[in-house]
Amino acid sequence: MANEKSKVILKTEALTKHYGGVRALQDANFILHDAEHVAIVGDNGAGKSTIIRQITGVEIPTSGKIYFDDNLVNFKTPLDAREAGIETVYQNLAIANDLDVPSNIFLGREETYFNLGPFSFLNEKKMLDKSSGVLSKTGIKIPDLKIHMGNMSGGQRQCVAISRAASFASKLIIMDEPTAALGVQETAQVENIIRNLKERGIPLIIISHNLRQVLELAEKVFVFRQGRIVGTLETAKTDGNEIVAMITGVKEGTHDNATHS
Amino acid sequence: MQLTAETNSSKDPMSNQITSDGNSGTFRAIYRKLPTEFGIFLVFIGIGLFFEVLGWIFVGQSFLANQQRLIIMILQMAIIGIIAVGVTQVIIMAGIDLSGGSVLAFAGIVAASLAQTSEYTRAVFPSLTDLPVIIPVAVGIFIGVCAGFVNGSIIALSGIPPFIATLGMLVSARGLARWYTSGAQVSFFTDDFAVIGSGVWPVVIFLAVAFLFHILLRYTTYGKHTYAIGSNEEAARVSGINIKKHKMLVYMIAGGLYGLAGVVITSRALTAQSGAGIMYELDAISAVVIGGTSLFGGKGRITGTIIGVCILGVLTSGFIFLRIDLFYVNIVKGMLIIAVVVADTYRHKRETKKDE
Repeated sequence: MANEKSKVILKTEALTKHYGGVRALQDANFILHDAEHVAIVGDNGAGKSTIIRQITGVEIPTSGKIYFDDNLVNFKTPLDAREAGIETVYQNLAIANDLDVPSNIFLGREETYFNLGPFSFLNEKKMLDKSSGVLSKTGIKIPDLKIHMGNMSGGQRQCVAISRAASFASKLIIMDEPTAALGVQETAQVENIIRNLKERGIPLIIISHNLRQVLELAEKVFVFRQGRIVGTLETAKTDGNEIVAMITGVKEGTHDNATHS
Repeated sequence: MQLTAETNSSKDPMSNQITSDGNSGTFRAIYRKLPTEFGIFLVFIGIGLFFEVLGWIFVGQSFLANQQRLIIMILQMAIIGIIAVGVTQVIIMAGIDLSGGSVLAFAGIVAASLAQTSEYTRAVFPSLTDLPVIIPVAVGIFIGVCAGFVNGSIIALSGIPPFIATLGMLVSARGLARWYTSGAQVSFFTDDFAVIGSGVWPVVIFLAVAFLFHILLRYTTYGKHTYAIGSNEEAARVSGINIKKHKMLVYMIAGGLYGLAGVVITSRALTAQSGAGIMYELDAISAVVIGGTSLFGGKGRITGTIIGVCILGVLTSGFIFLRIDLFYVNIVKGMLIIAVVVADTYRHKRETKKDE
């Protein structure tokens, strides 16, 4: 393991998810240490997104345990995970195009003047001010925050989504193929934000098909195949060929955490 | 909004204070600063003037300068308008609700049965006459909320498309209205109850409801979440919004408004019958869509709906005024709705194409 002494942020034990007869995830033992950036790679249907959905409370695991920040957790909804300090960035689905930037950044946790349950009055000004702060912290320039996000480029929208995650995540950020829909320049911008997070010491899990990106941004790679973690590699000691061989099953990997410890 | 799709597509549906770059021609720049409802408002004025001109040519009198006609027109609009406000929020959430007219009838007849005066010897509930006016009103609204609760539960919990779920309610609530009094009419109300629908009260109630929901949709988390679900349900879900709960809430509130409309129309007609409000749901949906609310969800405002209701009202009165058979007005309304939906679909396609 890269960093034996640093604190474990996230650990899963024998995490399993079945959709009817489909075994999407089998006995996954995943581990993430503080300030660590790790990548998850694998072919389509290998279980990458499935494990993320279990960790973030979007779905409830069939069996297995998740430890987050030293506690056994049992997230029932995405909100539970967010409240625990986990923020997730999705490839394309987490932005409401008909809302403006502050509304999207604060979606689900709006700033209000006084609490009247679902009828609380929004403090638009506070959200706007905070949004400018959030975006400038991640180095993103959006001229007008009040235009609705459908009028922005894919890169701008993804940067807003990442800024949102970065500003709220107290403990962990998860990114599910954050640059899959982006152009070269926009991808570079997103990667810069990720490096920025590394400097700030926020741990990150990134799912990516882009091996160059994985080797550049992560210290450790978890390779998934057919619902199982088939190997973990340190990016400093591996290359794209070895990862591809493991993804396709040509080479059997070793997985440090395969046994319960 | 649909009617002006080309110039307005870059605008935020919820805010009109955007000033995009105004370099592309002065007219365009001015136009963009106007509220998105401006285009629909022009159409409304145009239709009014069109009937005014036709009136002078064919009937020999003014269409607009006739107090009695205006009052009838406005009163007619008020009932549809209350339903349309409820429908607006449902459609913004990318749902649909067909149950308005039937729920109105059922809520109206139940409210009526509790609003009868003791002077009438054959009341539905002889022991429940001369009740304070708040009781029939509250019960009417409550019946609507219950219908909305059923709609919302079926939609949120079973995942059945809202079109089907509320179609079921359209049929069932009409049946309940017939069953309640075995088809008999209910009348002879207390004086207090009769006040609700008298004079300009329906209009006052409609405007108050419209104002309240304008505020709710524009300035509260309720509105924000409604737009968010309509815009991108998946995004709203992963953002931690309780989609099921919010959907149920929206359908319940819509139902409550149908109930209120039922109380108002019963009081105004001074009689409740199970056949009240037939096709009102379609008029309301038409008004909402004409007013610029997108059937794809995420876009729309109460101000647009008010104008949409006015357009339908003017069309109907105009045809009556010209002594043209009412089936023609239905044909025109139908074509207008198709045209508006085609424009909406075209714009939606263009916007989503840009994304990919």
